[in-house]
Order: sequence, then C-alpha cells, then structure tokens
Amino acid sequence: MAERDAAIVGIHEHPSRDVEGTLSPLQIKAECAERALADAGLASKDVDAIYDAGDGGMMSGLGISEYLGLRPDVIDTTMVGGSSFEFHAAHAKRAIAAGKARVALLTYGSTAHSNAFAIGVGGRGGSGMPGPAENMERFCGMTLVSNYAMVARRHMHEYGTTSEQLAEISVATRAHAMRNPEAVQAMTDLEFLDIRETTLADVVGSRMIADPLHLLECCMISDGGGAVVIASPDVARDCAKAPVWVLGGGEATKYPENGGDITTSAAAQSGPVAFGEAGVTPAEMDVAMIYDSFSITVLTLLEDLGFCKKGEGGSWVEGGRLRFDRPKDGPALNTDGGGLSSNHPGMRGIFLLIEAARQLRGESCSQVDDAKLAVAHGNGGMLGSRHCAGTVILGRD
Amino acid sequence: MADPKSEPRRPLPNAKEPDTGPFWQATKGHELRFQQCDDCNEVVFYPRRHCTRCLGRSLTWHTSSGEGTLYTWSVVRQSYHPFFRSRAPYAVAWVDLDEGPRILTNLVGVDDPATDLSIGQRLVVEWEDHEELAIPLFRPA
Repeated sequence: MAERDAAIVGIHEHPSRDVEGTLSPLQIKAECAERALADAGLASKDVDAIYDAGDGGMMSGLGISEYLGLRPDVIDTTMVGGSSFEFHAAHAKRAIAAGKARVALLTYGSTAHSNAFAIGVGGRGGSGMPGPAENMERFCGMTLVSNYAMVARRHMHEYGTTSEQLAEISVATRAHAMRNPEAVQAMTDLEFLDIRETTLADVVGSRMIADPLHLLECCMISDGGGAVVIASPDVARDCAKAPVWVLGGGEATKYPENGGDITTSAAAQSGPVAFGEAGVTPAEMDVAMIYDSFSITVLTLLEDLGFCKKGEGGSWVEGGRLRFDRPKDGPALNTDGGGLSSNHPGMRGIFLLIEAARQLRGESCSQVDDAKLAVAHGNGGMLGSRHCAGTVILGRD
Repeated sequence: MADPKSEPRRPLPNAKEPDTGPFWQATKGHELRFQQCDDCNEVVFYPRRHCTRCLGRSLTWHTSSGEGTLYTWSVVRQSYHPFFRSRAPYAVAWVDLDEGPRILTNLVGVDDPATDLSIGQRLVVEWEDHEELAIPLFRPA
C-alpha cells in the first residue's frame, strides 16, 4: 500500500439540483465549503491551500480566496473540465506530502440548469476551445452527444458492443439513484417523466438523441455543487470523521490523431499511473466512481482503467454486474446515482470524490459491504475528440 | 415565403485563423490540403505552423485526392443551432483520407443516414461553395 500522505476529511454535496435562481455559483461554493469544513471538524482559518476550476469566474484562485476570506499558501487553478477535481485531489496530495500545505479546500458551484446552459442533450459540442481545432470543426454541427455517439458507433463496429450492453450502465445507475433521496428529488425537480427503476428495454426504447445514443444514456443538466477538504495525516487523525486516504493519482490528455483509436481514452494512460502509485489493482476496487456523462463514457473508461480488456466491456457489464449489491462481481458503479440520474451541473468530478469518500466511511445510500478501496475517474472535455483524464485511488484505514 | 436572408446559415470557419487559414483559403479552389513535415515525414492535420512530431517548422502543403473511408459517424437528431436544427437528422463523421489525415465533416448524398452508411465505406469529397471558401462535405464514392 502507498504512502498515506493526505486524506479526504470533509465532504459536502449541495442538496439542491434546482436552486431556482436563488443562489449564484459562488454562493453554492461558499455554502459547500462551510459544510465540508464542519464535516471535518475544521474551520476556514485552517485552510492553507485552495484549488479551483474557475467555476466562480476569472482569476479564480484569487477570486475564491477573497470571496471566502482565505490567505492560502498554495493556489492551484487547474481547469480541465469535469476531471479538474481529480487533478486537484492528486495535486493536493503532492503539496501536502511536500510540506507546502496541511489543509486543502476544493469547491464547485454551478447553476447550469437555472441558466439553461447548453450541455447534456442540448450541448453544443465543438472543440470546447477556441483556436485552430475549433476552426476545423465548428462548421459541421457536431453536438456534444454526437461527439460521444461516434465513440459508441466505432466501439460497436470493432467489438460487437450492443445498445443493450450500454444500457446496463444506465439501468444500474438509476437503481442506485432510486435509493438516494437527493437523487429522487433531483429527478423530481428537473421534471423527469418517469422516476423509477428502469429496464434495458426502457433505455433502448427511449428517444434517439444522436445515433446510437438514446435519451436515457445521457446525463441530466442540474444546478449543484460541492466541496472536499483534504488534510495531512497529523490533521486527519484529529478530524471528526475517519480519514479517506488519497493513495494515488494519474493524469493524461487525449486528442484526435490521424489514424488514432477513438475507442481508447486518456484513462488508459492515467489509470496505470494512479493504480501503480497506490500499489493496488483494479480487481481490488470495491467502488468505481466513473464519470458518466453518457453510457459509452463509462464503458470506455472501465476498459481503459483495466477492469476488463479493451473491447470486452460490453459483455463485462451484462447481467447487472455494476450494482452495489453484487460485490463479488467487481466494483459497484456510481452508487449515488451518477450524472445520469443524480447530479450533473457540468463538471461532475467533485461528486466522484464525495461519493467514493461516503462509501469508504460507510455512509452511502447504496453502501457496499465493507468497502475498502475506491477509484474516482474524471473525464474532462469530450470523449470522442479531446479530453483530460484524472484518476484518483482512495482507501480507508 | 420566408425571407432567404433570414434563413439560418451554416457557421463558417475563419479563413484568416493563423494556423488553419491557408487550408480554408485553398478550399475556394476546391483543394483539400494537408501538410507533411520535411524533416520527419509526419502528416500534420489539422494544419499548424509546426510539426506535431518534431516541432520543426519546415512543412510542405499537399493536396488530397479527396477520397477516403468512413471511420465513424453519428446521426444528429437534436441540435442547438438554427441551421443544424433545420438540417436534422444529419450525419456528422470522422473520415480517414487516403493520405492519412482524419477530418471531421458532414456526410451527404444518402437517403437515410441512420441506415445507409457503414464504417469502412468509401467516400469522396463534395464541396459546398460559399463566398470566401468552400466546405468539404463527403458523399459515398
């Protein structure tokens, strides 16, 4: 097992997915910071490292420090979309291990739903970045969903993956969501039509958004936010809750290449680094918190992280294998209900850390018996073109 | 009749963008261009000032035959943009040109893009002319 350099000691997920214009992203960040520090038994004066993905505005390391009244010694504004928070957790571990900080604060706030941001099924797609790549791509109307759908199509072609196999991911995630009162409330507030457990037939029978991806394979668009506090071992030992150790981290990029393989993501690079640092294997994971923007995202990332061989994800996920109550079959997937059925305000990465920590504390609504190890994998950007991967391995005492 | 001036228009590239501008300027004459590195022979696409393998700046422009194969595609049924909404359902695709570049494009010339396309099928460029440049679309060869 790896060095125990730093631990998640405080977490908070904002309970509302529809703040109805009453809160700003910054206000959500501040509220979550207060709750996560209280969860840890710490105070804002203890924070000496701030991590921010720019969701509160420009010059984010400065802006969030002033807004919260902090004077951090470490300021890290890594912004790589939905994977930002996995990068932040790994960077916090390094900064704490190097003696540069003792208490790191990560926050996130978004009003994507209230502001009708164009993400999810309405997502614009494109390169996500201005410049030469965007100038080569914007003319053809590649929406966000079609970007991912092209990965699914190629995966089906190369490996025989089926829509029913992809639907396994949606069905398992919804089953977990139905056990999470906040997820049920989220689906209610966001006016989901049919709030119940789903079947494979429900998913493949739902409306096609961008072939071959159906509506129930696409994440929701919510408001929301959260905060995570990461502390040094000496601080963690005195905190209110049991420490959840950050055992390893990996990061990587992936972008279109001539002759490249669209079915392999940046996780194939970040995963081995993270598992290697942690000194554990995918087979040992009790919980897999995998960024579920779309069904194909999870299938691809499970393969690339090494839970099964490339191309075998479809058959691997069959038969409800990803459910929380099937621990002998491998890790439970997205036990909070995921971005598909609980919370996706645009950058879901922080919720992957939060639910993984809940599992390792024994606090999940879909608790895996005796969960000891979890992986949180964020995918930031777009799976079918350019994205970043952040893998974090977490473990309890 | 709707006023043609108010009809939604395809969002067009910027023909003066520093890296990709020369590519777009050549499309006016229906040339589909790509670069190759003089030093390491790497095919560079999308166009840049430098080689993505060695960072050298000795690149030579070549013109593609405009023929290639379908790598993958999707049929967009729901779009944010008025022009594309008016075209839905339409096919967006990655196409591998015979010379190596992989280009993102739209597929045209099929009755039903959901059923009438298959990965690996042969395609050929079809130009959509605009005032300052032309858009490279692809149709079955």
